Amino acid sequence: MPDEKLKKHEIQSEPGGTFSRRQFFMTVGMGSLSTAAAGTAVFAYQFLSPNVLYEPSPVVNAGKPESYAMDSVTLDVNSGIYLIRAKEGFFALGAVCTHLGCLTAWKPESGIIACPCHGSKFKRDGEKIEGPAPKPLPWLRTWLSDDGDLLVDRSTTIRPMEFLRV
Amino acid sequence: MAKTFDQYFDEVRDTRVWRSIFRSGTGSSTLKRSLAIQQNVFLHLFSTKVRRRMLSFSATWYLGTLTFGTFVILVTTGILLMLYYHPSVPQAYADTKDLQFVVSSGLFLRNLHRWSAHAMVFLVFAHMFKVFYRGAYRPPREFNWVIGIVLLLITLLLSYTGYLLPWDQLAYWAITVGSNIASAVPVFGDKIHFLLLGGNLVNANALLRFYVLHCMILPLTAIFFIAIHFWRIRKDGGLYAQPSEPSTLTRAVLAKEGQ
Repeated sequence: MPDEKLKKHEIQSEPGGTFSRRQFFMTVGMGSLSTAAAGTAVFAYQFLSPNVLYEPSPVVNAGKPESYAMDSVTLDVNSGIYLIRAKEGFFALGAVCTHLGCLTAWKPESGIIACPCHGSKFKRDGEKIEGPAPKPLPWLRTWLSDDGDLLVDRSTTIRPMEFLRV
Repeated sequence: MAKTFDQYFDEVRDTRVWRSIFRSGTGSSTLKRSLAIQQNVFLHLFSTKVRRRMLSFSATWYLGTLTFGTFVILVTTGILLMLYYHPSVPQAYADTKDLQFVVSSGLFLRNLHRWSAHAMVFLVFAHMFKVFYRGAYRPPREFNWVIGIVLLLITLLLSYTGYLLPWDQLAYWAITVGSNIASAVPVFGDKIHFLLLGGNLVNANALLRFYVLHCMILPLTAIFFIAIHFWRIRKDGGLYAQPSEPSTLTRAVLAKEGQ
């Protein structure tokens, strides 16, 4: 019996060879399994990320500039933007709170934008007054289409105080 | 002489059909009673012997069992609700209202599901506090505490994913806020948010993903961990007895019970 054990031991480290047959198959086996596991992880990640989204376009048509009164703040609930006509010109703000994504509301009586969820408050130009919101409301790229409609791109933010003069 | 109920039951237990199902056989010796537990696929998770003290209400307040009871109610009512609910944007809210106002017993089942869900969250926390203050989390039971934490998280995730399914304003904004909390995770936050919702907005994909999580993935995971949680009680030496509580029945206890 001890002889047999010795033989098995010898097979694992054959003289001259750096690799026993068992070690070779262990390496090949573990390597294949690791590759398969990595492939599965990539496959799962790609499968769970949709390639086509049926979400509304980021560009919103806000209509004719004349339809907005001077010093008015208009919330479009469906697209989640404010279209504001100030003395300096037009600008658009994202109406989605920068805290946790609730839709904010314009309070005409106090002249501020307020979030119903956790009480963040913003000035009319998006600047933060108070509340848990970490950032001001973003200014969104706004321009006039060839037909004279106001267009707002919700996916592109611009620096504040860049008014659109019509 | 009229036969007692026990004698009838013993006769049934001795029939060929019964013995082909339950192998432990007739008789009520300690061995037979142990085998009845040990050889049952469901009961074998549990200890064959339990200290009498551990069966009293004051030892555990039955909080774990009650939590499991609410889980069973939730699975049963949930499967029935699935028969009328379509996880699609045009139908989800209407189906919820149909369940309340059109389907026979729909309101009862929906409310039972809802209240059991609240009760389960409450009971899971109560169970945790009871285990904590009793000191039953200490070695060798520390790993079962960890499994309990996993089950607590699964319970909360089940609550959260179920919240979206009625597809009303409360659901929509709760999931908007909740999924935005997930984006606060460092580095991968936005990716997690995207994968969780299957898009950038709480939309049709999000509804379907939450439905699958709520009805398949999370309940199956919960059942898996519940099984381990129960089995570990036996493996860790049964329910925790405090040093002041007799680990075996002393003569004094037996005498008291005899009264």
